[in-house]
Amino acid sequence: MSKKTKSQLITYALVVCLFALAFGLSATGMMSNSMVGLLVPICAYITMAISLNLVVGISGELSLGHAGFMSVGAFTGLATSAALKYYGVITAGPARLAVAMVAAGLFAAVAGILIGLPVLRLRGDYLAIVTLAFGEIIKNLMNNLYLGMDASGLHVSMTDAKSLGMTGGTIIINGPQGAAGIDKLSSLVSGFVLVMFALFVVQNLIDSRSGRAIMAVRDNRIAAESVGVNVMKYRLMAFVVSAALAGMAGALYAMNYSSIVPKKFDFNTSILVLVFVVLGGMGNIRGGILAAALLVWLPEQLRFIGDYRMLIYAIVLISVMLLTNNARVKAFMEGFRERRGMRQAGAAEGGDGK
Amino acid sequence: MDFLTNLINGISLGSVYAIIALGYTMVYGIAKMLNFAHGDVLMIGSYVCFIVMGTYGLDPLICVLLSMACTTVLGIVVERLAYKPLREATSLAVLITAIGVSYFLQNMALLIWGADPKAFRSVVRLPSVVLFDGQLVISAVTIATVLAAIIVMVCLTLFTQKTKMGKAMRAVSEDKGAAQLMGINVNTTISMVFAIGSGLAALAGVLLCSAYPTLMPTTGSMPGIKAFTAAVLGGIGSIPGAALGGVLLGIIEIFAKAYVGTQFSDAIVFAVLIIVLLIRPAGLLGKEIQEKV
Repeated sequence: MSKKTKSQLITYALVVCLFALAFGLSATGMMSNSMVGLLVPICAYITMAISLNLVVGISGELSLGHAGFMSVGAFTGLATSAALKYYGVITAGPARLAVAMVAAGLFAAVAGILIGLPVLRLRGDYLAIVTLAFGEIIKNLMNNLYLGMDASGLHVSMTDAKSLGMTGGTIIINGPQGAAGIDKLSSLVSGFVLVMFALFVVQNLIDSRSGRAIMAVRDNRIAAESVGVNVMKYRLMAFVVSAALAGMAGALYAMNYSSIVPKKFDFNTSILVLVFVVLGGMGNIRGGILAAALLVWLPEQLRFIGDYRMLIYAIVLISVMLLTNNARVKAFMEGFRERRGMRQAGAAEGGDGK
Repeated sequence: MDFLTNLINGISLGSVYAIIALGYTMVYGIAKMLNFAHGDVLMIGSYVCFIVMGTYGLDPLICVLLSMACTTVLGIVVERLAYKPLREATSLAVLITAIGVSYFLQNMALLIWGADPKAFRSVVRLPSVVLFDGQLVISAVTIATVLAAIIVMVCLTLFTQKTKMGKAMRAVSEDKGAAQLMGINVNTTISMVFAIGSGLAALAGVLLCSAYPTLMPTTGSMPGIKAFTAAVLGGIGSIPGAALGGVLLGIIEIFAKAYVGTQFSDAIVFAVLIIVLLIRPAGLLGKEIQEKV
């Protein structure tokens, strides 16, 4: 087995173990109620971390507006699910969830293409600020989106609920108030499936010819271009795949609550996911998963200290960044890695001798 | 007349953005970092002014100077503790640290002053100027804000062009290593930039709260992001660019609110930024640097 496949299998195994633990604890009632309520959001954030890692870690672009794609997916997903039920196309919960997620992924992917085409022409910090700008624009537009359905079909408006001109029917998305009365279709099982799907997509993409091209562009754009790699195509590929996954995570997240507002998916949410990716180690999918799970779990555990919770969170964040970038700590870790490398090399030599 | 009123309000709001953007742009120019905690420094400055004014009833001008002094110290301390150890780290690590500092400051403010919004009393207590038989009313805060921005711009330009410290700043932002070899103390220079930027943030915060008098721990976030946008719009790293970007952004925002609708003003502001960056990738006054192979 190659080193790569082994590493990939470890990641899958890690996710399976985490979920087995979550299943076990929640089934035996050893988990507090508030923690059980966090399980689906954790799945959504893990998917977000995997998705953003593809852009930030693998493709090397800093995106500060990832919550925008989550928002697009969230509202597409819940609208799809509501419409399917209302018109009686599909009534079974899991099937509706699946269709809603596919729709969410598609819409977010379209948003990804529309945003990616202009954004990816820029570089570095300018690219980051433009993704931030797009995130804010999406939030602003979602805040003014009104969507309703009645016997004659779907009605969309960008001004207010009255202008939908509906006869009876129900309003699905109500501007700044967002969506209410959502069918809570998400479950830990669907979260698990989504995380495994995201993992499967991203790991296979990284390990493919396209993935190598994406990383080549990240490492040296000019060199990659000069050997014939289509820079725009591969940057866009990573961006759009990531957007689609973020959209699906959004749908999972939204359908875990009975109501959700567009404001939920703001700059702070984008930053939260970015923190998972950076703390987990950029480009390190496994690290991102662990960081996401840990950093959603940790504030919940710190609830007893009340208002000091976010203060502690901030201090932890700064300390981790200072420690991981400290020259001495780095040298120590380097030494540790070297020793381990030598031991492995020694073992391999010994094996050859026999 | 509506047009003129909107224009004046736009210039005034833009002046606040310009003062905040100066802090962003100078820090970016010298340390190459996006200091996301800048908006929260502004918020702390406003709170200090609010408290000093409320409890001791001092002269507003003294309160403003006091709050500027406080944030100047805050800026230096934050730089020393959080950013200096990361001089050699990747820019993303610094960015996350800045976000950590931003969370820290917001939650400190939340703990000390509570979440309920405070009604900020304007620091400019002069009567409004009435022109054209009352058709055009310009509040004293508006005039004071624009004047403050002009004074700050002139002083900063003189400072960076004429003084030894200013020249050192330009040298460090051009080439850190070469500046060090020429005997410039890079650390002191960077500290100085943080000090100036943070002091200006307090001034901007006080002016902003005088015009829009609600003060909360999150007051600094959105103006921070807008000012950052302004800095990028004008060309990040450029001082005149920050001023131009700030004023433009303020005018666009007020006009969007007046003629398109309040709810879409943010979307329009950010859309303008995107369009400008697509046409001029380094901002309006930014220098385009060709990549060398």
